[in-house]
Amino acid sequence: MTTVASATSAVSTTEIMIGAIAEMLAGLSHIAVGASSPIPGSAALLTRARSGGRTRVSVLGSRENNPFTDGGRELFDCAGQGRIDAFFLSGGQIDGGANINLVGVGDVGDYPRAEARFPGSFGSSYLYFVVPRVILFREEHTPRTLVEEVDFVSAPGTSPPEVYRPGGPHALVTSLCVFSFDRNRARFTLQSVHPGVTAAAVRAATAFDYDASAEVPQTPRLDAEGLALLRSTVAREVAETYPDFARRHWGV
Amino acid sequence: MPAQTTEILDLETLASRIPNGARIALPPDYSGCAMAAVRALMRRPVRDLHIIAVPAGGMQVDMLIGAGSVARVEAAAVTMGENGLAPRFTAALKSGEIEMWDATCPAIQAGLQAAEKGIPFMPLRGIIGSDLLRVRPDWKVIDNPLAEDGRRDPIVILPAITPDVTLFHALKADRYGNVWIGVRRELMLMAHASRQALVTVEQIEDVNFLEDPVLAAGTIPGLYITAIAEAKNGAWPIELSGAYPADRTAQADYVKAARTADGFAQWAAEVVHDRVPA
Repeated sequence: MTTVASATSAVSTTEIMIGAIAEMLAGLSHIAVGASSPIPGSAALLTRARSGGRTRVSVLGSRENNPFTDGGRELFDCAGQGRIDAFFLSGGQIDGGANINLVGVGDVGDYPRAEARFPGSFGSSYLYFVVPRVILFREEHTPRTLVEEVDFVSAPGTSPPEVYRPGGPHALVTSLCVFSFDRNRARFTLQSVHPGVTAAAVRAATAFDYDASAEVPQTPRLDAEGLALLRSTVAREVAETYPDFARRHWGV
Repeated sequence: MPAQTTEILDLETLASRIPNGARIALPPDYSGCAMAAVRALMRRPVRDLHIIAVPAGGMQVDMLIGAGSVARVEAAAVTMGENGLAPRFTAALKSGEIEMWDATCPAIQAGLQAAEKGIPFMPLRGIIGSDLLRVRPDWKVIDNPLAEDGRRDPIVILPAITPDVTLFHALKADRYGNVWIGVRRELMLMAHASRQALVTVEQIEDVNFLEDPVLAAGTIPGLYITAIAEAKNGAWPIELSGAYPADRTAQADYVKAARTADGFAQWAAEVVHDRVPA
């Protein structure tokens, strides 16, 4: 479905997710975006557009928004030194301890055979430890993706105190809601539900346990100015790296 | 590793230098992929490759798996990017046809850096608590021997990765075998770490890149390059930065065809064994 989004057309779920992620990025100096991350990439570029030049964004796979000149390893070296404030990870499965699985579904004892094989861990097993604010994102919010326990730990949500770990999970954004993550308790809290979604619907779609207050607020929408910026300048910047995504959502 | 003069070969001869069973390092889809040479390998067909994807594999890895050329894949991921899962990779893991050494991007880069320095291993942060340590018994955890105040500081060490051969495509080489790669310095790392580097290029120029300081900064010296061959549009249908974009239609056609073994065979009959794009 191709639609040309105008400043007045209805806010999509994708735009709600982008807005929620962008809110978590405000004020950061350096945001990096990895492979296959169009929603976080859009949020990062929106944050930059609204930062008045204070925020740097590095998008893997981009020519125009990738400052690195020392090859594929530079992003990781940069992160290892603490030069990257925020990064984004997803998972074929994510569990209540914020453990993520990018390898496959099935008994780990059968590895490498899997009932369903995902592409692989990419840089997650490293970046989850060294980037201070890792935001998890997963559009599909079902008991199949948000599981009680992941089948394979690509990267653990938390670590014992002796393990060097300045980084870790900050929040999880899905097509239904936003969860915040408490690293000390290794547990998610339902922070907000997207417009039209109830807290009960989130509970029904989530296989892991989490905390929630009696009254869960609604995820804030982007203001008119932010939405207009996203659908124009930012949409064109996103199209350079994610042409199919930008065409599908904004017709650019 | 002999530092002989770089040979200038034709494409088929260059591809023939990769023996069955080779441990071969290949770049990701955003770097320079020697797709014409990969198709030559599939026509042979080469067998039992151990692919080291630096750090993730894409279309070339999936194609080689489909052709039955691969015994083992060492990679942080194999994916077709916006086109979704790599179909032949996914099917081969399900059937148990290939062995998988899952990794994480900086672990592959660190292993190559160890080889580049001629040292046995490289330490890397992170990874502890990941199931990667369960499926990669060659990765070890040690206590940092330099930790301050006698504190425990567990850290992962990764063995050096020394590929038998690196294969990639670049914009240009000179007649001395110096290869210009610009900012794609993972290709430099791969060439440094490997016993041999075989490189296809759009053109071989009758100059010396090392005499121009602007070009020299982005050039792998011929010292590390075993042989070069000209291959016009040698990265097609993958992009070659500074030359041509990805052929997204051809990539999407591949993913669609390669969903089944029969579809892959029909695709290969047309694209690999017959039609060569101009």
